[in-house]
Amino acid sequence: MSERDFSARSSNVSLVGLTKKFRSLDGAGEVTAVNEVNLEIKAGELVTILGPSGCGKTTTLRMIAGFEYPTSGSIFIGGRDVAMVPPNKRGLSMVFQSYALFPHLTIYENVAYGLRVQKLKAAEIKERTERALELMQLTPMAKRFPSQVSGGQQQRIALARAIVIEPSVLLFDEPLSNLDAKLREYMRDELRKLQKRLGITSLYVTHDQSEAMAISDRVVIMKDGRIQQVGTPREIYAYPQTKFVADFMGKANFINVQVLGMEGEAARIEIDGARFTVPRPGSAAPKSGPALLVVRPEALQLVAAGNAAGAAGVERAAGVAGAALQGTIDRFTYFGNIARYEVSTSNAPLLIESYNPETSSVFSEGEGVGIGIDFESARLLPVERKEQQ
Amino acid sequence: MREKTRLSVAHLVRDPVLLFLVLLVFTGLFLFILLPLYKIFSYSVTNDAGKLSFQAAWDIFRSRAYLEPLKNSMLLGLTTGLLATIIGYVFAYALTRVDMPLKGFFKTIATIPIISPPFILSLSMIFLFGRNGLITNKLFGFEDSNVYGMHSLVVVQTISFFPIAYLTLTGTLAKLNPAVEDAALNLGASRARIFRTVTLPLSIPGILSSLLLVFIQSMEDFSNPAVISGNFSTLAVEAYRTITGMYDMRGGSLMALMLLAPTLIAFMLQKYWLAGKSFVTVTGKPTVSRQQSREPKLVWPLFAFCMLVSAVIILFYGTVLVGAFVKIWGINFSFTWAHFKYVMTLGWIPLRNSVILALGSTPVAGLLGMIIAFLVVRKEFPGKRAMEFVSMLTFAVPGTVVGIGYILAFNGKPFMWTGSAFLLIMAFTFRNMPVGIESGTSTLMQIDRSIEEASTILGATGAVTFRRISLPMLKQAFFSGLVYSFVRAMTAVSAVIFLISPRWNLATISIFSLFESSKYSDAAAYIVVMILIIVVAIGLLNLIVNLLGNSGQIASGGSSERA
Repeated sequence: MSERDFSARSSNVSLVGLTKKFRSLDGAGEVTAVNEVNLEIKAGELVTILGPSGCGKTTTLRMIAGFEYPTSGSIFIGGRDVAMVPPNKRGLSMVFQSYALFPHLTIYENVAYGLRVQKLKAAEIKERTERALELMQLTPMAKRFPSQVSGGQQQRIALARAIVIEPSVLLFDEPLSNLDAKLREYMRDELRKLQKRLGITSLYVTHDQSEAMAISDRVVIMKDGRIQQVGTPREIYAYPQTKFVADFMGKANFINVQVLGMEGEAARIEIDGARFTVPRPGSAAPKSGPALLVVRPEALQLVAAGNAAGAAGVERAAGVAGAALQGTIDRFTYFGNIARYEVSTSNAPLLIESYNPETSSVFSEGEGVGIGIDFESARLLPVERKEQQ
Repeated sequence: MREKTRLSVAHLVRDPVLLFLVLLVFTGLFLFILLPLYKIFSYSVTNDAGKLSFQAAWDIFRSRAYLEPLKNSMLLGLTTGLLATIIGYVFAYALTRVDMPLKGFFKTIATIPIISPPFILSLSMIFLFGRNGLITNKLFGFEDSNVYGMHSLVVVQTISFFPIAYLTLTGTLAKLNPAVEDAALNLGASRARIFRTVTLPLSIPGILSSLLLVFIQSMEDFSNPAVISGNFSTLAVEAYRTITGMYDMRGGSLMALMLLAPTLIAFMLQKYWLAGKSFVTVTGKPTVSRQQSREPKLVWPLFAFCMLVSAVIILFYGTVLVGAFVKIWGINFSFTWAHFKYVMTLGWIPLRNSVILALGSTPVAGLLGMIIAFLVVRKEFPGKRAMEFVSMLTFAVPGTVVGIGYILAFNGKPFMWTGSAFLLIMAFTFRNMPVGIESGTSTLMQIDRSIEEASTILGATGAVTFRRISLPMLKQAFFSGLVYSFVRAMTAVSAVIFLISPRWNLATISIFSLFESSKYSDAAAYIVVMILIIVVAIGLLNLIVNLLGNSGQIASGGSSERA
């Protein structure tokens, strides 16, 4: 396999103070779509920008592609500032959400297009196009038109067309959102395998957090034009820096606590009068005063009502220090692999997920319960004032 | 605002091809649309010494010479608009809502008047209903039937322009979501009630649109009133006669302005007021195919109506065909090739000129139309709205106005172009682009923009993307733009009648002179030859466009199809 040839030109990307302002829809004011974004993407890395719609992720991608020019800031690709370079001179390629295949060209000609534009020798065009088609298992249908093949195959054509020109950076604009769930998962894995094998620097934009988790080296969470947090999928999930990140990446519960003080790394906290220790509160944790305890639904444990903090009968999960809160089950949903409880407490409404529910006791709606917290995986965040959101 | 302008200027400077195209289009639009219009205005309000003066305007106003033709033109426009719209609506309704035989035949019939040479229907009218008319004289034995006048004009224009109404209304009726009518049917309404309470109200914007479009066409029409109106004077013809007969250029210009005002207003109403009122629902959702009515009491009257309209059209066209082969219509019906011999000898040069100039302007108009559509839909640059507006404006400016404006603008330094082939080609080009622009724009709007972006990011320049990606996808629109501009160039009368010269005489103008000397059968032969040329040319254009694009089929929707 000579597919390593495709990756020869992979470059690093760095965004410095990247800002894009648009005129607002009513024409009166300005909307800052992307606000002072700084980001380093290492050569060969796959970075995903994840965020809700309107967060500026697509605008950022389009500025890197060259379809939008930044209001201010710089885009360096392989050390060269390309912010004002037209898109066709940037040496990138892109996989579009709609695939954007050329409907009037055969699959072969779609893939060969970028090479023909570069006016390469016929023999080289043929050799590289055939190699890309082979790599994406498209050879048997090379003579067909894009409308005559399936959605997954169209996706592979778009990918083949993008990699055949050996781009310095490969951009993905929600490329899997048009596929059905099963195919999406399959293509996601294929895409990641291919990207790793070829080592192409890639920037991937999506609003699907599980997709971001599955394929990325690092994830960038964006909101309202600003970067909220950058990190590996594990860092983002395990150590969210803001309430938004915790909420957007997976599900999270926020319990109101008081931080009493620090004991080295650990934080001593009080929940509704009872005291606990959070061993790894995270770097965003306030040192004292009111705070939010971030706990994932799977790190909460239901116990029979009346079990006070530190009491017995909580041997079901290691690290769960008895019932920290008391509550009532409002709603119970059974998924087979998970039982999900919505529980109201005097502190905050909680979402609790119990895995493999058939092995543990199942509670029913209306029942009073105690809630144990796995403080090992709990983190602390400052309380955000409303106007800061 | 300023921010955006600054950015789009920066954009232009970075893309020299785009800059060049934008400047080229603007120059063309300025020279060949705005300048002539401005010249008519300025000429009308100056005196011979070039000073500002409303003397000519006052004279005309006082003499009331304008009143009669203005009144006549408006009356004619409204009558024709109404009749053509009614016929067009019934035709469109029958073809979209009813399951009946011969639909393909009816559709073909309805396109014939659009692509046929001028004068043909007036000629038939004279052949059938004139003093020696087949029907009036031979059938009923009238000795002195008067075919000339408004009544004939209404018949001829209604047949000429009902296809415009039909096409407009087919668009409206076909695009109304069938689910709306199905819902009414499902609620228990009868077909008649659905028509009255759902279909008709929802197609009102289309009906008004059709009224206005036919009104514009009727007002603009020069060729029919010029030969068959008798004492019924219309603005387009009166402006021409004022200039060529009375050598009163200023009076003619003022008439032209009076002609321009209502057509322009109608155009603005149609384009800006009605456009926002359309009930046509365009969604990405595939619409279920329409259930077509098979109720006999609906099908057969509509079928009979379509047959009747078709029969009239066939009668009119057939008459001219026969007329081209008889010695003297009405007197000696024996067969002869003489009229064709005339066309091939004395009439040959104007015919050749027409073909040369039409061929010269067709690719320019077609390409320019696609370029303007592309710029307007896909690019950002200052003055974009103005470009769109001015380029569509030619649709509303009557040929008579264009012709007079061109003489005024290009009859002296710095543009000494009157009588040249160049000016005729420019007149054709700028008059005939709108259909290309219109179809190009609507095609581009349906094409996912990222297809072009994909080409760009793969390294293609704007020009390469346009040539290799956009243009092939615009093939259908390009083709209809080409056909339309060729046919219009071959059949143009009103504008070119002011611009021809002894060197560049044209076929349509020769036909006009044949009318003036009552050589009707020669005119008929001429028209038959022109129809042949047009049909052959459309076939050839089709062939060329297919060779031009890739051999592969254009897959509608293509990659943007959701999996």
